[in-house]
Amino acid sequence: MSRTPKRTPLYDLHCALGGKMVDFAGWEMPVQYPMGIMGEHTHCRTKAALFDVSHMGQVLLHGPDAALKLEALVPAALTQLPEGKARYTFFTNSEGGIMDDLIVANAGDHLFVVVNASMRAQDIPHMAASLDGIDVTEIFDCALIAVQGPSAAAVVSAHCPQAAEMGFMETLEAPIDGTICRLSRLGYTGEDGYEISIPEADADRIARLMLEHPDCEPAGLGARDSLRLEAGLCLYGNDITPTTSPIEAGLTWAIQKRRRTDGGFPGAARILAELADGPARKLVGIKPQGRAPARAGVEVHDMVGNALGKITSGGFGPSVAGPVAMGYVSSEHAAAGTKIQLIIRGKPQPAEVCALPFVTQNYKR
Amino acid sequence: MTTYYSEDHEWITVEGDTATVGITAHAAEQLGDIVFIEQKEEGDEFESGDEIGVIESVKAASEIYAPVDGEIIESNELLESNPAALNDNPEADAWIYKIKLTDPAQLEGLMNLAGYKTFIA
Repeated sequence: MSRTPKRTPLYDLHCALGGKMVDFAGWEMPVQYPMGIMGEHTHCRTKAALFDVSHMGQVLLHGPDAALKLEALVPAALTQLPEGKARYTFFTNSEGGIMDDLIVANAGDHLFVVVNASMRAQDIPHMAASLDGIDVTEIFDCALIAVQGPSAAAVVSAHCPQAAEMGFMETLEAPIDGTICRLSRLGYTGEDGYEISIPEADADRIARLMLEHPDCEPAGLGARDSLRLEAGLCLYGNDITPTTSPIEAGLTWAIQKRRRTDGGFPGAARILAELADGPARKLVGIKPQGRAPARAGVEVHDMVGNALGKITSGGFGPSVAGPVAMGYVSSEHAAAGTKIQLIIRGKPQPAEVCALPFVTQNYKR
Repeated sequence: MTTYYSEDHEWITVEGDTATVGITAHAAEQLGDIVFIEQKEEGDEFESGDEIGVIESVKAASEIYAPVDGEIIESNELLESNPAALNDNPEADAWIYKIKLTDPAQLEGLMNLAGYKTFIA
């Protein structure tokens, strides 16, 4: 695909801040700023970091019974989602695999949905074709920023007092510097924080306002990836795919009780069977014992050389101060503490299955 | 003592028939935060263009390619415990190998500092 990557409303800001721009899912995005991935990662864990996530797809669903109708595509209980609350879920396919993961928020008279950048072109037609009588509207004129870290509440509430009072997974509309924005208290770093949808004309000004706070620094896609990996959060396309089920991926927590009993979502046959009998393989945390990072694609073997599965995400965890990874192994090898070997550049390296996440999640409670 | 530079962003400083090899500051900057290096062992022989190690940054793994033919005399042990030294001081303390040159004439195929500066400009 040799098309020109698209730019977000914060493109000029990234350049002004010295961002190193790369093509990511058809978007020209900063992979890092002069602080570097390690520094940005640590800053997010200790203070606050601002990420541009405008490349993600923001979608509005208007119409009667939108939550009920969307339940036909995802295994979350959405009719019970109160107004002002958001929930993590995933589109499943008829084989019980995952087509994408997403956030659904009950915004009162509509649902506000955020999907992955790389899957916009699949998810939006999928919803439009499947949700009879619902207007599926992709928003093209709003930026989306994430302010994440223990200081995020201080950074955001300095310009929006309502932000301080929000609980985890709550969403509301409120003015920031005179502009109505949608704030949701969630993120994908394992830290407290917000995702804020901002009209594009105001995005640059509001992002700069946040960055004026002494605790807030910009962070790029590199830090975003190492933060979510340490937090044990799945990356669509790596850790969850059309062939991995939510039960295998350890996402059972995101399938609420009524849906486990009643089904009624694509692939329910496989998913509910795995829920009852246990899956054949599981996504686990993997801690290499040496210093060499084990990246996606590395083979996982047992101690006598039998193949167990593959690493799906892996790299260096700055907060762990060592390599961390996630991957699928057969269920009999999935217990924490199981000794395994990783085949890195042809050589077996010792590693251990471990519990996820690698760092304590610090969500607002 | 003369320093030469390769198109794979290594420097090589020559004294007689031995030399010291490392990566350039430009390479280190491009790689970002370096977290691990896999080095060859003393006595390993290699030809120009062979992979003689791997550097892992937070972003990705990158091979080190031999700028000339030779043999490893010594690997810098500092880098095992402190790979970040490759970011801090890649053209001095954080050298990667001492090597014995097989064919010093190969150095003529490398760049001098001015040539390298033009190359990366």
